[in-house]
Amino acid sequence: MLQEFADYITYSVVGLERGDALANALSFFIYDTIKIFMLLTTIIFAVAVIRSYFSPEKTRRILSHKKEFIGNILAALLGIVTPFCSCSAVPLFIGFVESGVPLGVTFSFLISSPMVNEIALVMLWGLFGWEIALIYAGTGVLLAIISGIVIGRLKMEKYVQDYVWQMEIGSMEETGLTFRDRLVYARDYTKDLLKKLWPYVVVGIGVGAFIHGYVPVDFVMKYAGPDNSFAVIVAVLIGVPLYSNAAGIIPIVQALVGKGMVMGTVLAFMMATTGLSFPEAVILKNVLKMRLLITFFGIVAVGIIIVGYLFNAIL
Amino acid sequence: MEIKVLGPGCANCTKMKEMAEQAVKDLGIEAKIEKISDIKEIMKYTMSTPGLVVNGKLKHSGKPLPSPEKVKELIGSEA
Repeated sequence: MLQEFADYITYSVVGLERGDALANALSFFIYDTIKIFMLLTTIIFAVAVIRSYFSPEKTRRILSHKKEFIGNILAALLGIVTPFCSCSAVPLFIGFVESGVPLGVTFSFLISSPMVNEIALVMLWGLFGWEIALIYAGTGVLLAIISGIVIGRLKMEKYVQDYVWQMEIGSMEETGLTFRDRLVYARDYTKDLLKKLWPYVVVGIGVGAFIHGYVPVDFVMKYAGPDNSFAVIVAVLIGVPLYSNAAGIIPIVQALVGKGMVMGTVLAFMMATTGLSFPEAVILKNVLKMRLLITFFGIVAVGIIIVGYLFNAIL
Repeated sequence: MEIKVLGPGCANCTKMKEMAEQAVKDLGIEAKIEKISDIKEIMKYTMSTPGLVVNGKLKHSGKPLPSPEKVKELIGSEA
């Protein structure tokens, strides 16, 4: 249906020739833009409603005094549904550790929460299919569990800024919501997010469409194909500073895959983009001493690189 | 009345403060609106920012933000 509409615009309305590079690019652009916006709107809305039931306060209560392993698994899973933005990472971190959530469990949450987010999942689902989205989510959760356990085992509590342990925290009552409130919130949230995201999505799909129509396969194969063994590491290094632009990056990556970029490299790149970010590191510096901050980034980065090579080998 | 907007200073916190100011103006009440960015002070009330505290009571916390009408209602209920 959508493809026919895209073709109709490209060939009948604009009047381009079939097989033309510009026609390919245009048809691709129209098709992907409509599909992605439809998916984004419905999924973000649904996720926002679900999320309104999982406040950080509730999550904290569930995770408090949980044992290693069970705690890490729960934290990584709750990270997907608990609303969280990097600007509230500091109060959230303090709230967690102060109420007895083990440090490693807190990190499982901090890793999974930004990495396994609905925007990345929608974009992956829409452009690569649900299998890849599922692999991404599963691997992200697993990585968060393992990294959290490792950080917990390293016993790095003394590398949390000292004032965190001395903080006095309030009762933190929850503010109740009616179902109508939740729907209104979800609507506003979706609207706000789309307003913020749409330029990235359109530019991303536009660049993707250009690559789709014009960039030669040889070029991509050389740098991101299966024969370049450093591709995964380079992808992670490029991914870190690109935080929060997952919406714009996935369409570009998809076009590169069409030209020979391999899936493991794609997954590693996506995880580095969403899971590791400089702004988050700067914010976390307020609660973590350098040693713990570097350990956290190092473990996650190594984990992502392993994921990349692993999937390049099996996919 | 004493209103506190809690937040480290991200865009959402600024928006929350604007909504609180507008609500006070619309309701025609006297209120002191304070923006709290000190983490120790924030943690006394909530760990999800932005937060809205009216007369020492936490009225809203976290994302997504309430609508301007809801903010008016939350502040109005304490007036």
